[in-house]
Formats: sequence, structure tokens, C-alpha cells
Amino acid sequence: MAEDNSIKKIMHVMRHAPHGSIYTYEGLEMILIMAAYEQDLSVAFIGDGVYALKKGQETSGIDIKGFAKTFLALEGYDVEKLYVDETSLQERGLTEDDLLVDVEVMSAADIGRLMNEQDVVIPH
Amino acid sequence: MNIGILLKEGPYNHQASDTAYKFAEAAIARGHKVDAVFLYNDGVTNVNRLMDPPQDDRHIAERWSRLSKEHGVPVLACIAASKRRGIDDDVLIEGGEITGLGTLTDIAIRNDRLVTFGD
Amino acid sequence: MLYTINKSPFETSTMQTALRFLQPGDPVLFIEDGVYAVQGDNRFSSDIAELMRNNPVYALSPDLEARGIGGVTDGVTCVGYDGFVELVEEHRTNTWL
Repeated sequence: MAEDNSIKKIMHVMRHAPHGSIYTYEGLEMILIMAAYEQDLSVAFIGDGVYALKKGQETSGIDIKGFAKTFLALEGYDVEKLYVDETSLQERGLTEDDLLVDVEVMSAADIGRLMNEQDVVIPH
Repeated sequence: MNIGILLKEGPYNHQASDTAYKFAEAAIARGHKVDAVFLYNDGVTNVNRLMDPPQDDRHIAERWSRLSKEHGVPVLACIAASKRRGIDDDVLIEGGEITGLGTLTDIAIRNDRLVTFGD
Repeated sequence: MLYTINKSPFETSTMQTALRFLQPGDPVLFIEDGVYAVQGDNRFSSDIAELMRNNPVYALSPDLEARGIGGVTDGVTCVGYDGFVELVEEHRTNTWL
């Protein structure tokens, strides 16, 4: 089957915890816009990036808009490839059950192989 | 080769702006087309013309302006990120433009490379 | 895919994280504070030597010079901004911040 050259593989890599800096939030805004362009999008959560998906975030006390639930909406935008680095979860004492969204927990080697297939990798 | 640049950090606090600029210069010198520099996160403040560093320091906004003028490289600030940080047309340096994330998507799609700089 | 790393390994775990994802053969370029990783005879020299068994390692010369780093770990190739561009000509980039 011929590949459609107009469709690019773009991976967003979330590497920051959610509220201490704006990177995850503005990263999510970028993903939502890109989703409208019908490219082959995926999102990888690595290092403190996995905290963005943690259940039970309540941000009213710090006066920063909570956005964890927006990750749940990604599926509605056809962004279904969400990869979480297994080691990052384990190091933080987390399991898949601690996460808000259905994700694929994968080894770094497997995520690394997927990274290498991308046309563009954007860190957040 | 066609290259897009994504710059995610503001000027002076971090070296990212400087490295991005030196990379852009070197890419142009090697005969490549730098399609655009897209500014995101605090990176949008790179095109604030009100910055006024000491005489003996580099003027980062003017440097981008010069790159734009001399090599036709658009320096694009994301509108959502700009609004958050008080960057609008009134403070924009010549050669800077405010645009949407859709433009970044087009840049990612149409270029051979997208090279990111940040903190 | 070209991995660029811009953080000192003494300050953050960025390098160690990035290297877990790196595929054999892919080049690594240290820039900005990342270049402290390749200063000879430091705590990370053996990690860099190990890395070079499967991956070419580069460091940005102007960043080394700016930081007064003369001797780099054996086998590390020092390049200028034009060398950075050459690497980008050959590889798509994966930036580790």
C-alpha cells in the first residue's frame, strides 16, 4: 500500500510535571490544534511528564486552571496513541491505575523505536 | 533542505535563543532555506521590541529582526502564548508576526526538518 | 535520529533519561550546558565511553570554549554550528531539554 506522503508522523513528548511550569498545558494546547490537521499524532509521557496524567489533581488552591481532564478529551480528537514510559511510572511509585486516561505503558526501547519512525518530535 | 525552527524559551534567561539564532545563521550559510522561526511558550518575548539591553550586549529582538530582513525568514509568535504574555502588534519588532498554532502545524508538515530549542 | 541534550548531567537527569530511549547508531550532540557531560575525567566519562560503543557522540565547540572546557572524553567529536547543521542534514532531530 502506498504511503500518503502528505500525512506526517508527529510525536509530542511531555517531560514536565503539570503545574510547576506551563510546558504541559501549552503543549496540550498545541496538540489540540494539531489534531485538527489530520496528521498521525502521538503523545509520549516521559519522566515527570507522567504526573500530568495522575488522578486526583485539584488545582483550585493554587489558582491555576486544572487541565488533567483535557487529556481525556484527546480521544475525541482522534489522538489515541498515548504512550507512557514504564520506568518513569515505576520510579515514581505509580501504576497504570493511578492514571486518568487509557494509555499504553511501554518500555523506553519501544518508545525509542517509535520516536525514530517520526517525521517530527516536539518536546514539551 | 527546508528547515523550520521552534523556539520555546525567552531571551537572556536561557541560551536557547542564542543557539537557535546561531543554528539559523549556519543553516543559511550552508545553503538551506530556513522556512520560519516559530516562537512558543516564553519564546514569544523574543520579538518584544521594548527590550533594551546594555549597549555591550546583544539585542536579541533586533537580531531576529535582522535575520528576517536579510534572509526573508519570518519570525512568528504564537498568538495564544503571546496574549498570555502581553505581546501584541504594538510591541512587535519589525519582521515579527503574530500567528496561530495552525501555522506551526503547516511548518512541521511542509519542511524536511523541525529543530527545537528551549530550556 | 539526532538526540540533542542541553542540560548538565550534574544538574538534571535529562541525559540519563534521553539515553534510555536512544537507538543504536543514533548520534548524540551535547550543546549549551549539556557539554559539561563530555569534559574529560568527570563522573560521567565512563557513561560517555559506554555510549560511544554504539553511538557517535558530538559536542558543540563554541559551547565548550565558552565554558573553558579544553579536554573532552576521548572519542567525542567537537563540531561548530555548521557541524550541527550537517548532523541535521543527515538526521531528523529529537531535542531533549
